[in-house]
This record gives sequence, C-alpha cells and structure tokens, in this order.
Amino acid sequence: MKGVRHYPGFLGITIACLVVLYAPLIVVTIYSFNDSNSITSWGGFSWRWYADVFTGPEADRFAAAAWNSITIAFLAATASTAIAVAAALAMIRGGRFKGKSATYALINLPLLVPEIVTAVATLIFFSTIGLTTGYLTILIAHITFCIPFAYLPIAARLSGIEETYEQAARDLYATRAQAFWLILLPLLMPGVISGYLLAFIISLDDFIITNFVKGAGMETLPTAIFGSVKQGIKPNIMAISTLMLAVSVLFVTLSYLVNRIGQKTRT
Amino acid sequence: MIGVFLLIPVLLMAVYSFLTKEFRGGVIWDFTLAAYDQFFFNRGLFGDEPPVIEWTYISIFWRSIWQAALATVACLLVGFPTAWFIATRPPSQRSVWLFLITIPYWVNLLIRTVSLKFLIRDNGPLNEFLMGLGVITDPLPLVNTNLAVQLGLFYSYLPFMVLPIYAAVERYNFALSEAAADLYAPRWTILREVVLPVVKPGVVAGCLLVFVPSLGAFLAPDLLGGAKTYMIGSLIDEQFKGSQGNWPFGAAVAVVLMTLVLIALFLQARAAAKGARE
Amino acid sequence: MSTAIDIRSVVKRYGTTTALHSVGFEIGDNEFFTLLGPSGCGKTTLLRCIAGFEDVSEGQILLFGQDIAGLEPNLRPVNTVFQQYALFPHLSVIDNVAFGLKMKGMALDARRARAGKMLEMVHLSAFADRMPAQLSGGQQQRVALARALAPEPKVLLLDEPLSALDLKLRQAMRVELKSLQEQTGITFVFVTHDQEEALTMSDRIAVMSQGRVQQIGTARDIYEGPVNRFVADFIGETNLMEVDVTAISDGMADVILPGGHALRCPAAATTPGRHHLSIRPERVSLADGGEVTATVERVVYLGTDVQVMTRLPGGVPLSLRVQNSARIAIPAPGASVSLHLEEGAARLLAD
Repeated sequence: MKGVRHYPGFLGITIACLVVLYAPLIVVTIYSFNDSNSITSWGGFSWRWYADVFTGPEADRFAAAAWNSITIAFLAATASTAIAVAAALAMIRGGRFKGKSATYALINLPLLVPEIVTAVATLIFFSTIGLTTGYLTILIAHITFCIPFAYLPIAARLSGIEETYEQAARDLYATRAQAFWLILLPLLMPGVISGYLLAFIISLDDFIITNFVKGAGMETLPTAIFGSVKQGIKPNIMAISTLMLAVSVLFVTLSYLVNRIGQKTRT
Repeated sequence: MIGVFLLIPVLLMAVYSFLTKEFRGGVIWDFTLAAYDQFFFNRGLFGDEPPVIEWTYISIFWRSIWQAALATVACLLVGFPTAWFIATRPPSQRSVWLFLITIPYWVNLLIRTVSLKFLIRDNGPLNEFLMGLGVITDPLPLVNTNLAVQLGLFYSYLPFMVLPIYAAVERYNFALSEAAADLYAPRWTILREVVLPVVKPGVVAGCLLVFVPSLGAFLAPDLLGGAKTYMIGSLIDEQFKGSQGNWPFGAAVAVVLMTLVLIALFLQARAAAKGARE
Repeated sequence: MSTAIDIRSVVKRYGTTTALHSVGFEIGDNEFFTLLGPSGCGKTTLLRCIAGFEDVSEGQILLFGQDIAGLEPNLRPVNTVFQQYALFPHLSVIDNVAFGLKMKGMALDARRARAGKMLEMVHLSAFADRMPAQLSGGQQQRVALARALAPEPKVLLLDEPLSALDLKLRQAMRVELKSLQEQTGITFVFVTHDQEEALTMSDRIAVMSQGRVQQIGTARDIYEGPVNRFVADFIGETNLMEVDVTAISDGMADVILPGGHALRCPAAATTPGRHHLSIRPERVSLADGGEVTATVERVVYLGTDVQVMTRLPGGVPLSLRVQNSARIAIPAPGASVSLHLEEGAARLLAD
C-alpha cells in the first residue's frame, strides 16, 4: 500500500509524455549537426549548416527576417508589458469600477479566440482603415496579442503584494508617484521581467497572425522558415530551428529563475 | 489597445462576412448573404438550380471537430496521469516537473511541428529506428494521414491539458481519497467516484484549452496532413491568399468557427457556474 | 492637557453600509489612547481615517487644531505601525527606518544618523544592514516602530501591532511600547481587540461596537463602571441578568435579585423598570450567612482560581471565582451555598 496518491503506471505515462514532447526537438537538434547533404543519412558531426545559415545563399533573407523578428519582439514586448502593468494596476488596485469584468474578459480575449480568427479579424481591420500591411501592422498585432501573456505574471505578482506597502510609503510622506516608483515597482519587478520575457517569446514565435498581416515581401523568421519548409525540410532549416529553440529555452529558463527568486523575496 | 485592435476587428470581421467579394481579394460594400449561402447550400454551377445542402464545408467542419475531439481525448488520457503524478511529488520537485512540461510550449509551434514532421516522415528517424529494431519491415506511412494531424495537435497542445488539471489536483484534499479508501473503495473506484468529480473543473478547462485551438489549428494540418486532412484553418487561410481568395467567405467561415468556440465556452461557463452553485 | 486629536461627528459609509455612526471624542496630547472592540466594530476604519487611507463621509478630524480630513496621507504628520508591519521587503532595516526621513528631504548623512539612533532605541543597532525577511517577528515589530517614530510624528497610530506575536513576546512588547511612549512623549493611538492589552497599557480606552463608541474612560472606569451590556460583557467576565428596579436616585438603584433579595448598587440607568444587572464573578464570595442562596451546578478547576457555577432560585445562572486556596472549601455540585456580594460587585446597566 503506497497511499492514495499513488497510481500504478502514472510515472510511466509522465515519462512517455516528456519523451513525446522532447523527442522531435532533440532529433532536430542532433540532425542540425549532420555533415551530410541529405537529411536522411548521418554523415558525422559538423557545424557546416550553422555556417550556412550565416553565410549561405539564404543568409541575407534570414538575416533580414531575424532583424524584423527581434526588433518587433523587442518593441512589442516593451509596449505590451507597459500596457499590462497599467491594466494590472487598474484591475487589482483600482477598486471596483464599471465594466471591470468586461475589461477582464477583454484582456484575456486573445487567449480564448482561435489564433486564425484573430488573424482574419486583424487583417480585415487593417485593410478597412487603409493601413498598408507591413512592419507596422505586424507590430500592432503583436502588441495586442502579447498583452495577456505579459498581464498574467504581472497580475499574479501584484495580487500577492499587499496594499499596506504602498500605504506605509504614503504614511511615511511619499507621494503617489514615489510610492509607485520606490516601493511598488521594485516589488513588482519579478512579475514585470517574467511578463516581458514571455511576451518577447510569444512575439518571436508567432506565425499564424504574422503570416496574415505581414504583406508581400515582409518576412519574420517563422514566416521565412515556413516558406522554406514548404519546399521540403533542408538541413539549414534544422540549424536555424535549433538556434531559435535555444533562444526560447534560454528566455523561458530566465523567466522561471526570475520567478523563483521573486518567490524567495516575497514576505 | 485590445479593445481597438481586437474587439473592433472581430466585429468588423462579422460585417465583412455579409459583403460581396471582389476578385483579386478585397470586398465590395454590398450587403449580401452570399458567403453564408455558399457555405451551407449548393445552387449548381451557375447558381440557378434549387438549393441543396452543400456538404463540402460542413464536412470540413465536421472533420475538424472530430480531429480536435480525438486530440483532446488523447491529451486527456496522457495529461491527467501526468498532472496527477506531478501534483503528488514533493512541493520542491513540482516546479521542476512543471517547467519540463511547459518548455516545449514556449518553443515556436512552427519549429515543433516541422520537427515532428522530420521525425515521423517516411525515411525519418522514427521509421528507421523501428525498422532497425525489426518491428516493421516497411516504413509506416505516417505523414499526410489523419493520425499525423492528431499526433501534431496532441503534441502542440498537451501542456494546455496538463496545467489546469495540475492546478486542480494540487488543491485536491487527499483526505477525501483516504476517507474513501477507509470506506472500502478500491483505488480506481476512488479515482472515478471521488477524485474526478472534485477536479472536474480543471479537467473541463484543460479539454477546452486543447479543443479550441485544435479546432482552428493551421500548422499541424497544413504541414503534417494532406488533401484528405484539410481542416478549418487551411480553409480560412486559403480565402485570404492571392487572387483565388474570397474575403467574405473566409470571414464567414471564421465567424462560424468563432460561434462554435463561443458555444463551447458558454457551455463550460454554465457548467462551471452550476458546479459552483452545488 | 491640550488636545492632540479632535474627532468631530465622523461618519464613514461604504456604499449602503455604515462603518462609523457619528463618532466624536478627543484624544489628549501625550496620551496612550486605545480603541478597543471586536473585529468589524469600526476601530480600524477610524484609525485609517486618521491616517488618511480612508476619506471620512461626514465630520471633521482636527490634529492640533488643524482639519486634516481632506489631506493626503503623505501630508499628515502622523505615522502608522501596521498590523503585519509592512516593512519594505526590498530595503534593508536601516533604509526602512530612514524611508520617511528621505521622503521629507533629509540629507543622506543626517537621516542615516537619525535612523541609527532610532534602531538604538529599539535595541536593533546590530541588525541595521539585514533585510526584513531575516528578522524574527518581534524584531520586525521593533523595526516598524522605529520606522514610524523616526520622522517624529505628532501622533503614532498602531493597528493591532502585537497580534502577530506569540504570547510571551506580546507581554514583553506591551511593557516596551508603554515605556517608548513615555520616553518620546508622542501621543499613541492604539487599536486592539485584546482587552488585556488595552487594560494594561492605556491611559484611556474607547470601547467600540457596531460603528459606535460605547464608553470612554480609564481602564478602571470601564472595568468597574460599565455603562451597558456590551461593555460589561466585552471587558472581563461577568454575570448578566435581568432585574426589576424599584427606585433610582443619585446614581444608585434599588433592585430585586432573582430569588427576592433586595440590593442597592451603582447604576448607569436613570429610570426604574427592567434593566440588566452585571455582577463580576471575582467580587462574589462563598460566605456562611451570605445574603444570597444558590445551588452549585458545576465546579471548573482553572489553576489559580476555581470557577463555581451556581443557579439562583428561579434558575438564573450566577458564576463566581474563588481563589484556589487551602483555606477555602470548595462545595460539591448539588450543594446549597450562601453567597456574599462584595462592595462594587453589582452594577445596574443602562440597557
């Protein structure tokens, strides 16, 4: 008898679950170091496809797409984090106000609607207001759907910070602004960093919405990769995928560690 | 920001679905039911025959719902034990397990789907591995099948199933299981009679979080499937690409899709409200 | 004694519920004043109105003659010690203590020196560079005190500051708080639901219930001269019983106890009729030939004391406290005893 928490086979299923989740990623990472021209046979270890990404025939295209992806992710994460902080303050510190539950539903809307519907709606919107699809439309769309991802960790952190800290600061002669910048924001920081990193990744990773609103000639890394994959999986795609995978894992790990440190400083 | 750039567009999309299409994409501002008519009815090649129900698009929807449902069931069968297992670890280990489950979610969906395709393709590592073991003699034709699409959906959204169930099981009071065991209930009966009813909100939330994005999925069916596995996502996508496009029709399909999703959400909210009253 | 805080007909409403019903009283300068009452009685709301975290709906709050009701919290020369201390977790102990001084624009050296002095006062000089999370509950409490006292407020507000400490520490902190108040000469307004805390530290106590002040006075006034059932019951233990009042004059009443015994006692009521009588259990003694007879129902052993629960003729319960002494024989349940009501044991209440 191992107690009511134990069920035989659940460990096995969990491990199988992890294998299914990681096997494709690990296989692609391994094959990105394949020296062979064919993706089927193993020709020994090599960095050649990584070199190909940076200097090969498609290097310019990937470089431009990467530049777009990174600058958009940076701007979208910054803007959506700022909006998410303001929204979290209004929702959690703003007391009761009219339309609060509607606002809450609105913030989480991008999480509930299928991405392709958001994509269609956004494209139609830009087309109606006459905004030419391109960098700007991608950026606006990214800011919009990044907000809930930035909002969640920030709101979680904020609701864990008691209001007495701000009141104590106000009691000790701090103005509203000083109480925010000197007390609340430092306490909120783990949530803000975590939200920023998640928004950054979500922006960097998005394909469906970007594909709809990017317009002709404009590429981000995911759309560039999609374009190449349509003609078959080539080794250089595996190298670039592995690089993006590494960036994602790095960011999520950072976000996770920041949260852990944040939990330790919680009083 | 969301208000302007999401709510208004969604409303606008609904308006578009009632407009007249223009060739080469775009619309003419003439209100018509043509898009919905095209979706549901067939009036012959020249549109002058009496309408009969058009099964093409309805069957695409049906197939999508079916695929999404199968993926949801698969996620549930794997996700529940996984969530349970993680929630019953010592607290210090839980976040590490959870972290392992969530990492793949944050990896680009496109890259994950491409990776899966690479793994299961005819001459891919999975088939070579199985043939090497002697389990099979000829490669399993996985790519371009319904199974591949389901696998892709399962793989894409599995973390969505694990996380809400984990949250529910973590709050579960294990004394309830102990009480049931004390009252002579066997292990699996406890799971069915006591645990499942209590953690049901988490299970329902997980199923919804897998079902909704699966229904509108584009990448998995597009990359892993073929003509026979055509799903709603691809149908919508096609309406907005190039001169073959039909924006009002695409908007109408998206509206129908969103309506389905809202119905699912509404049913869940009502069930949750009912559960809360009890 | 000059007035530090003058609370004039303060009303506080939240939507349709009223948290404070026209509360008014004065708190003297240098006074240790306690707001005492059960949770939800409005004591914390009143404190927060003084601090500026809540706006009053009606009325005025004067601080040394100046109306502060509309001022922002940072513009009021009062400081608060919060219930859970609210020490800023990202600032060191010394930075916490110096925060108010920094906000008031004091230069770095001056404020560090002053904060250091405050830490000395609460015996925490050695912990200046620690973070709050590294301190024990009692130490955090003293940092919170030092932080609130550092800017030399005219009034210090304390919101149940001892409730998070264990019993031993709480008793030690009572003494420390009282001596700090005497040392600094600052007016303390102390909120608590613990009557023992209130009785041991306060110069005066305001007993509050349901958004109203029930009684204001010294500990002795309130314990020995409660005006109504709520105060008599909330402060200490008491026996409450309904009695007939035959006559009232000059604050003394003639009442008939259940069982028929006539008694003359101090009264808060002013008209004859049916009123409640409060009898303190420790002022009732077992005495041969006592004026009241009763039947013992149950005896409860409490260590230093023994509680004897009896019933008067007609079934009205009356319990008394007897010192646990070899000289006093404790009766067995079922025995008939005669009881003596000491001077000041009984008091007729207003309701």
